[in-house]
This record gives sequence, C-alpha cells and structure tokens, in this order.
Amino acid sequence: MGATGHPVAGRDGLAVLDAEEIRRSLTRIAHEILERTHGGDGVVLLGIPTRGVPLARRLAARIGEFEGVEVPCGSLDVTMHRDDLRFRPARALGRTDLPPSGVDGKTVVLVDDVLYSGRTVRAALDALTDLGRPRAVQLAVLVDRGHRELPIRADYVGKNLPTSQREVVHVLLAEVDAQDAVMISDEGRPS
Amino acid sequence: MKRHLISAADLSRGDALLILDTAEELASLADRPIKKLPTLRGRTVVNLFFEDSTRTRISFEAAAKRLSADVINFSAKGSSVAKGESLKDTALTLEAMGADAVVIRHSASGAAHRLAGWVRGSVVNAGDGTHEHPTQALLDAFTIRRRLKGATARGTALDGIRVTIVGDVLHSRVARSNVLLLSTLGAEVTLAAPPTLLPLAVDTWPCAVSYELDSELPKSDVVMMLRVQQERMTAAYFPSVREYSRRYGMDAARMAKMPDHAIVMHPGPMNRGVEIAAEVADSVRSTIVEQVANGVTTRMAVLYLLLGGTEFPEVTS
Repeated sequence: MGATGHPVAGRDGLAVLDAEEIRRSLTRIAHEILERTHGGDGVVLLGIPTRGVPLARRLAARIGEFEGVEVPCGSLDVTMHRDDLRFRPARALGRTDLPPSGVDGKTVVLVDDVLYSGRTVRAALDALTDLGRPRAVQLAVLVDRGHRELPIRADYVGKNLPTSQREVVHVLLAEVDAQDAVMISDEGRPS
Repeated sequence: MKRHLISAADLSRGDALLILDTAEELASLADRPIKKLPTLRGRTVVNLFFEDSTRTRISFEAAAKRLSADVINFSAKGSSVAKGESLKDTALTLEAMGADAVVIRHSASGAAHRLAGWVRGSVVNAGDGTHEHPTQALLDAFTIRRRLKGATARGTALDGIRVTIVGDVLHSRVARSNVLLLSTLGAEVTLAAPPTLLPLAVDTWPCAVSYELDSELPKSDVVMMLRVQQERMTAAYFPSVREYSRRYGMDAARMAKMPDHAIVMHPGPMNRGVEIAAEVADSVRSTIVEQVANGVTTRMAVLYLLLGGTEFPEVTS
C-alpha cells in the first residue's frame, strides 16, 4: 500500500482500497446499520463464507463499541443452494453457524465482500428461508462492482467500484489473507 | 474424487477428509426446522438392493431425499430378478430410466465393479458379498472422529488412533473397508479374531493381527465388534457359539479393561449375547445408535460430492 493511502499498482493488480479505507467503510456501515435498525435492535449479522464472515465479526465488534449492544453474529454457507453447482466440480462446504437466538423474527443483515451478479445473495436468501423466518433481510457489502444479473441491491455499500466484466476484484482481509486491501486486476486471484 | 465409490481404497486421504468434513457441515442439518437441501433437485438415485438390508437402504434413501433427489427403490424380491433377469439387464433397464447414481447391494463380491462398466451414472457400493462396504467405513471413521475429537474434529485425520476390529473378519465387507480407510486416515488397526475367521491373505492388509482379544483391549481407543455372519458360514469356524462368545464377545468385564475414553462400535445388526452383551450395547460408551444417525449424514456427503458438481466430471478431474 502507498504510504499516502492512494491506490498503488502492484504485482497483484491495482489497490483500490487500503486497510485504512476498509476500516473507515466498515465504521460507516456499522453506523448506518445502527441508524436504519434503530440502535441495532433485533439485528443478527450473518457473514457469507469465506470473507463475509470476518467482515460480519468486525461490524459486530464496531456496533458493540459504538452503542454497547451485543449484536449476534454468525455465518451462512450458501454452497448447497447455488445455481451453478452443475457447472463446476463439487466443492467443499463452508460453515453455517447460527447464533443461539436463531433468526426467527430478527432483522438479518447478510454480509459479503463483493456484490457482483447477485447470485450468491439469491442463494443466501434461499438458504435463510430454510433456517427460519426473519422479520426483514438486509444486505451489507464491502464492494459493489455492478453487473447485476438478478434484481438484487445492497442496503449498505462500502464502496461502489465501477468495473469491466473482464476485471477481477479481490478483497483481502487480515483474518484470511494476512493483510487488508481491495485489489482489482485483469485476471485470476493473485497467487 | 473418482466417479464411483466401489472400494474404500478408491479414496485418497484428501478425498476421505473432504467427505468427513462435508458430513460434519451436513450434520447440523438434523437440528434445523427444514431438514432438506435443494442441491440434487432433478437428479435420480436408484437403490438397487439384491440382498436384505434395512439400515443401509433406509439410510441411503433418507440421504438422497434430504438432498432433494428423486429416489427409486428396487429390491430383488418381487421384481423381474425373481424371474431370472441378469444383473446386466436390470442395470440397462435402470440406465434407460436415467439414473444419475445407482446404489447397489449384492451378494456377489465384485457386483458393484461390474455394474460400473454398464451404467453412465455414478455407482456407490452399498455392500458386495464379502468384499467391501465403503460408506460403512466412512460413517465409522466419522463416528470415531466425532466421539474422540469432539468440536476440534474438522479437518483432522485419525493419526495415531488405535482401532481393534474383532470377530468374523473372513465374511465381513465392513472389516475390509474399515481396514483400508482407517489406515489411509492414519489409524493403527489391529484385527482380533480366531484364525479360522481371518482371510487367507490378511498378511497383505495394512494392519496387525492378533488371535487374542484381551491383550488388545487396554491399548485400544476404539473396539469395533463384527457380526458373526451365520448366514454366510458353510462350515464350522468355531466349536460353539458359547465358546466364541467367551473368547471374543464384548461384555462388561472386557469393557472395563478398555481405557476410559475408548468406545465400542458395531455396524449392526447385532447378535446380542453372541459378539456383544446387551449391557455393553446399551452403555454410553457404545456408539451403535450414533452410527445409524451418522450414516445418513455421511451418505449425504458422498452423494453430494459424487453428484453435486459438474455433469461431466471426467473433464475436470
């Protein structure tokens, strides 16, 4: 990352958000969630594996800092509900971990790193229906890169990132990738 | 993973761990209000059972249905097999119906392997003669891992865990599959049986052999009792059932010789009072009921990994 916080071109492509900017985006989203849900009442944060899960935990920690409320946090694996299973080899499942209070009657905020076609979110909505009946479902994403293929939109967006479909957006998070950054490049995930 | 599951030897350590970890995730489904996933919607699973079975057939049926597959049950009784139809012709009939997977139980060793050459779908061996029963070995490995490692089970193998398999190894497909799979996963397996109930080539198996049960008990983490398969016995393999039970049966006194954390397993159906005493079968250290529940989850994992992905697995494997 550049010392000034400006995007830098590197081996892995162009950094569009650095650690500081990710931190600020999450802080803002946490405030927005509190605002929209009247102080986080009845909110459950569910991260979509892999990188949605640490993002959900970070949001929960921030909400706890700001308002002193403990927001239940969990993960929701959508693999078994995806619409593209038949086109790729079977893959390992992520974890689904619901907070003990469940999702019935709650306001569930789904958390993911990148919103692109919207298909993951559709799968998440189906997976959620099988787990219970939330009062409302909202969506928080760190990056919205456009190119939706389904009528789905995010309620909380860290950064809108206009991209071409040829490009690939990678969110790197310290919990998984040892650093925080959002990168954009022309081809596959950096090795 | 390969397209078929015929033998536990088809599974690499990585494959086996993938199945166990997938089963671990699917296990939480049992606690949910809706115990069903849409993953195999529109796929057809045929249960082809030429031999009597309750738990395995029901287990595969439940597994396929929880993944939303369509299930066709076929049992040899009351079918054209009773009129003399061959396995191949039966297989071709099923093929014409568009089966994506065929789960086969047959009294002839090698039946599943033959079937795999005749159908386009995946073949899952649910027991062929005295040869193999790989999904039983998978559910046993899953049960061992869950019981002995608890919450830390995910992603781990069975390295260093000592398993003693006791009894009628000669007629047991469960024993063979377990020896192969458990040794792939790093467990140390010992067979304890009378010499007459051990197969001829047992020295080529990846395990130790003992004619004594009592000496093995204190060093076992898992003791797996096998059913004495009287229906397959054509000769006198031991002098009397009572003598067998005295030397190789699991009773409370023998259970007391095992380490405190050790568990007793049995693939079922049990002969209570022969290879296992009722007080052991019903004790908290017995995993017999757990094995049945774990069977559904493990078979779901197998069906998902064989059928859940691309329709052209040979292109990507």
